[in-house]
Amino acid sequence: MDNFFGGLTDGVAYGAVYALLAIGLVLAYKTSGVFNIAFGVQAYASGALYYTLHTSHDVAIIPAFIVSVVLLAPLIGVILDRLLFRFLRSAPEMSRLVVALGLLVAIPGIVQLKFDQTLAISSQGIVPHGDTVYNIGPAVLNRDQLAIIVTTAIVALAVIVLFRYTAVGLRMRAVVESSRMAELNGVNSDRVSMLSWVLTSFVAGLAGVLLPQITGNQVVDVYYTTLVTAAIVAAVLASLTSVPLALAAGIGLGVLQEWLNRFLPTNSVVASNIRPGLPFIALFLVLALDPRLRHRRGTTDPLANVDPPPPAPVAGTRSSELTWGTRIFWCVIGAIYLYYVFFHGNDSVLDDAIRIAIYAIIFCSIVVATGLAGQVSFAQATFAGIGGAVSAQLATQQGMSVILTILIGALVAGVVGMVVSIPALRLGGIFLTLFTFAFALAFENVFLKFGWITGGIFPEAEPRPQLGSVDFANNKSFLALCLVVLVLVSAGVVLVRGGTTGRFLDAVRGSQVAAASIGISATRARIVTFGLSAAIAGLGGGLLTSYEGHYTPTNWATFVGLFWVVIVVTLGPRTIEGALQAAFGFILFAKRVLPVWLPWLINHIQPFGHVGTLPAAVQYIFFGLGAVTYAKHPEGILEANKRKPMQKIQALIDRRRSSGEPPETATSGAAPA
Amino acid sequence: MTLLDARGVTKSFAGITALDGVALDVDAGEMVGLIGPNGAGKTTFFNCLLGMLRPDGGTISFDGKDLTRVPTHRRARLGIGRTFQRIELFAGMTPREHLFVAERARRGDGRLWKDLLGLGRPKPDELARVEETLELLSLTADADRPIEALSLGRGRVVEIGRALMTNPKLLLLDEPSSGLDHNETAELSQILQHVNGERHCAILLVEHDVPMVRALVTRVFVLDFGRLIASGSTNDVFADAAVRKAYIGDVV
Ligand SMILES: Nc1ncnc2c1ncn2[C@@H]1O[C@H](COP(=O)(O)OP(=O)(O)OP(=O)(O)O)[C@@H](O)[C@H]1O
Ligand SMILES: [Mg+2]
Repeated sequence: MDNFFGGLTDGVAYGAVYALLAIGLVLAYKTSGVFNIAFGVQAYASGALYYTLHTSHDVAIIPAFIVSVVLLAPLIGVILDRLLFRFLRSAPEMSRLVVALGLLVAIPGIVQLKFDQTLAISSQGIVPHGDTVYNIGPAVLNRDQLAIIVTTAIVALAVIVLFRYTAVGLRMRAVVESSRMAELNGVNSDRVSMLSWVLTSFVAGLAGVLLPQITGNQVVDVYYTTLVTAAIVAAVLASLTSVPLALAAGIGLGVLQEWLNRFLPTNSVVASNIRPGLPFIALFLVLALDPRLRHRRGTTDPLANVDPPPPAPVAGTRSSELTWGTRIFWCVIGAIYLYYVFFHGNDSVLDDAIRIAIYAIIFCSIVVATGLAGQVSFAQATFAGIGGAVSAQLATQQGMSVILTILIGALVAGVVGMVVSIPALRLGGIFLTLFTFAFALAFENVFLKFGWITGGIFPEAEPRPQLGSVDFANNKSFLALCLVVLVLVSAGVVLVRGGTTGRFLDAVRGSQVAAASIGISATRARIVTFGLSAAIAGLGGGLLTSYEGHYTPTNWATFVGLFWVVIVVTLGPRTIEGALQAAFGFILFAKRVLPVWLPWLINHIQPFGHVGTLPAAVQYIFFGLGAVTYAKHPEGILEANKRKPMQKIQALIDRRRSSGEPPETATSGAAPA
Repeated sequence: MTLLDARGVTKSFAGITALDGVALDVDAGEMVGLIGPNGAGKTTFFNCLLGMLRPDGGTISFDGKDLTRVPTHRRARLGIGRTFQRIELFAGMTPREHLFVAERARRGDGRLWKDLLGLGRPKPDELARVEETLELLSLTADADRPIEALSLGRGRVVEIGRALMTNPKLLLLDEPSSGLDHNETAELSQILQHVNGERHCAILLVEHDVPMVRALVTRVFVLDFGRLIASGSTNDVFADAAVRKAYIGDVV
């Protein structure tokens, strides 16, 4: 009985946190149409400021609360609305999710520039003497827990009243449906949407200062995001629309979790593997089984087609001379770089090049999933990790040929990708993405803890491949191998993009019903591309594992995979060029640009200040904010910026030619009129 | 020979009975009209025929096959093509690409390994077929413009072309003349006659333009509030008092 009541009361307190976060997600989705996965890091910003002020600068609770929750949180909301989401109101739901993903990466970076990391483990609760315990009937609760429960109750009530009984709530929903339509009806959608963001961000701020009580008094961005991920279960159970359901589901989840904690055996696989993964397993199951999510259509603005269509990619608008010109240009640059690497570079340059080649292969998998199929997958790191683990285990345990194990690893990853995609397919848009996220987290928290998958904490060394008499133990020959694989994979992606599968995917993205009406099965096309994408990721995973000599779990953490999506989406998700640029960025930014090149540049162009190594957080800020441009430039920011100069060069060529011959208008199909 | 045979098709949405035991048949190569006032259930019937909606009751067979368990894209492969009342085009593609992708779909599944071996590129005979259909529908001038730049009427014609590329045995047209001007409608009638004659394609036409329907079809079915209120040869049906009351209004 003790366990029963203890679980119930602790569970209600824990569940109140889930409920608060879930209500925040529902509120954001209903009032701004954004599935705000950055909700956790918004909370983190307020939490970090609060505990910095309160714990290290001894500011009293009330002023610290006012500054961090009443002022900072809504301010963040205003900034996000004014600078970002205001321009995305008629953008597809997916673009808004990617922009939120960019924030998820960028905001902790910005906070950490100023936030003293050592504070992260010494924060106290929001109420004074938070550990004072009260006995209420059979229930035992401390003041911290009471604070969470009371806050959640107040917020839930306020939000319900807002939606049921006020005109503002109605207007907020109208603006989400179609801001243009709402404006035609005399609603000032700018004001309404700003108010939505202020409200949501305020709730995030509240959660931010309350959360550390259940994260062991730690203020760490990943903990916030993990809690929000668990709260997604409650939000999804509420179909992202019902606040009372979100409240009930959140509390139910908390109670269930505490009971399981108390009643499940403590010394088995269940304790070590299943329990920490419970919220993610729950999310996985809910998304896979909830019939209400079946073919739920994303919100699209009925007036969205007022916007001009996106311009065609540069590659499609330039003449063949220019295409060949740019190709030759890149080949020459590539040849010079490789000549340098092979004949003059030191070990560390060689190491860079190998990693760049491998990550370019992995990023090609994102080109397939996102660029071709139009689906954002958060599980690419997991697929790569599966490839790596399979290849490492087969090579060390079975003594198979490493080349073969890498191929088998890719195959297994591909099959897993296809299997995962089957339940995901009936889900559309953001739910599909969330499903890949749940899969990745569940896999990471449950399966990766088994020694037979990863080889344990200290796995045996995996040898390098050998092919006939060629031994790839030498790094230069290994680089050559990676380059060959990269060329093959890129050629494959280009062929698929231009071939039947690519065209079918374009059609399905354009209109699924119309595609079905001419006999294209969206399901089949998507399963195939998901499998292909996962297999490519697995191939890269196998190569990196063999290169490093053992399976390294941190390479394949789910949050690393999120960063990959951000970086590829920023630089150009539809082209091989984009994948290559992303790989260069991913490797060189952390290793060269921030510690060496940028400081050197800054110190040489101005005589005043001296800069040392720039913190790694700058990388996250840079690319995170880059992804924010996704909605405006779904073809990638580099691609977008290439267009102007390319058109100028094209115009120059055309002028040259037209001075000699009659002007040719058919081939220079510049931007559509 | 009966090509399409629908019997007792019933469908309701949360209280509204959109279709109530509708029976309809189309012979091979025949042109048939399906008319009825707004909200009669015509579009719902099309959706049931192609499997985009699952009917609550009734059977549909096509070319002698029972379609109940067949998914939409397979029904399309069996030879049912359609256009949409609210046009559904592939954003970001040109009309030529629309027709090309349909041509590919007709030739069967896109096998990934074929793409990977470089066999996925356009072939001359495919391009020729696309060109032929573009000419038939006088779309050549617009063939390479982005689809978003075309008018609603041209978009409808692209939809017809896309459906034709799959070589359908039966073409379902949902109000093809709405959004078209007078000349375009006349031209469309000619095209439909040509398609029906040359390509031996049966057509089930949903249309509010009565003169166009009378000029084209030999038989008509009339729906009202989800029920079939009349069917038979065009002249008989348009002379029927109940039809005039429900559809044309008492005035005539
Ligand atoms: N998805 C749906 N959900 C609920 N009701 C629907 C749905 N689709 C159609 N209906 C209803 O079913 C009835 C028949 O609609 P349908 O679109 O088939 O009519 P229609 O004959 O095509 O009309 P119109 O000439 O206006 O195109 C209408 O009352 C409509 O409101
Ligand atoms: Mg209709």
